[in-house]
Amino acid sequence: MSAGAPIPAELRPYTLVAELTYRCPLHCVYCSNPLDYARHRDALTTADWLRVLRESEQLGVMQVNLSGGEPLLRKDLEALVAEAERLELYTNLITSGIPLTRERLRRLKDLGLDNVQVSIQDVTAESADRIAGRRAFERKLQVARWVKELGLPLTLNTVLHRLNLEHTAEIVALAEALQADRLELANTQYLGWALSNRSALLPSAEQLARAREIAAVARRRLKGRMEILFVTPDYYAERPKACMDGWGRRFLIVSPDGLALPCHLAHTLPGLTWENVRERSLEQIWLHSPAFNAYRGEDWMPEPCRSCDRRSLDFGGCRCQAYHLTGNAAATDPACALSSAHGVIEAARRESLARATTPPLIYRRARLSALPERSAE
Amino acid sequence: MISLESRLTLAGKARLRLDRKSGHYMLLYPEKGMRLNATAADIVQLCTGEHTVAEIIERLAAKYAAQPRTAIEKEVLTFLEALSERMLVCTET
Repeated sequence: MSAGAPIPAELRPYTLVAELTYRCPLHCVYCSNPLDYARHRDALTTADWLRVLRESEQLGVMQVNLSGGEPLLRKDLEALVAEAERLELYTNLITSGIPLTRERLRRLKDLGLDNVQVSIQDVTAESADRIAGRRAFERKLQVARWVKELGLPLTLNTVLHRLNLEHTAEIVALAEALQADRLELANTQYLGWALSNRSALLPSAEQLARAREIAAVARRRLKGRMEILFVTPDYYAERPKACMDGWGRRFLIVSPDGLALPCHLAHTLPGLTWENVRERSLEQIWLHSPAFNAYRGEDWMPEPCRSCDRRSLDFGGCRCQAYHLTGNAAATDPACALSSAHGVIEAARRESLARATTPPLIYRRARLSALPERSAE
Repeated sequence: MISLESRLTLAGKARLRLDRKSGHYMLLYPEKGMRLNATAADIVQLCTGEHTVAEIIERLAAKYAAQPRTAIEKEVLTFLEALSERMLVCTET
């Protein structure tokens, strides 16, 4: 326990998302890292990350997602997994699988790694590598096989969008062939690079409905053998997602340069000052930083959220989506059909329906990332 | 399906861990955590592959002697069935 006042039960994080680096060998067109990711260097030392793990655990964290960018690019990943194991934290490596050797994967397993999540962009090398902006597909399959050979649990994650939604059945078949324990079919969240590519990636309602049905049938068929998650894109949901289970409520993200954040893109919101784990303790930041408290609870909510029955279920949706689509981070998430700005979502759907060809893809690359974040449409 | 003869082990992806904040046990698995009550924690701790489901019921019935045995039997079977459906325990019959 920490020396300070006890953390209120309703205000303790369960999951630390350790974004160890924004560097990544892939250039995925849907990447959720901020557009200016190259400005956020890997500023934390091994000792800093070890302290972040210890302080997180003291705050109540029980799960750590080792993520990025590509976490395998950190040479000290082994040290972090070992410390997480010592702290009895559940560790999930969220990886592209590149660069990795079988020997390193075995080392990570021996140090206590609990789960490996490998991203698969599509079911053919041609399409997958087009989405990733690099030849990677065959290598990923190899890594997925190693995960199972070494007796580690395997999650496959495919981010779904217009370019691969029609392959949902084949994605399930691939996951079965690789003996995945868990398949995440996660529709793109249109933020970060995905928002820049929205006109190329947003599917039609019909495409989405077919994929959802295929996933539902597969889930029933594979019950008890493979867990299948299908995450609906909120552009077609009518009600917003409970983004991060509520701002500053369950998740704590630490960026490669040491910012403690309530979500992956909170540092793209204007007017908030994010504090660095090198300067203050995680407990101080989590409990007392004005930015963490900015959208906690319900006091900040505008109408229609403030009097909505669902406000304690969806927490007003996503603050980043509100800002990037309306210019106001404190607005109701426009994904909600009750939002006065819901028209921007409907317009994007109409545009998707009318589109015959795929516009040029914008790949995640550092040279572009010095550009300012795009705000309102 | 789980029978009284099944021997269950915790799945590789699942980990039992005491939540030092709440004093409850949590069953952790990718991206999720299940908060366990005292009985559920006892049941999971017995999923080591050594005990049959019948033996687990026996142990719990002895520990919670004040409760009707039928209720305990039902609770154990329902809970293990739910864990099995979520692939959090594996059967070794």
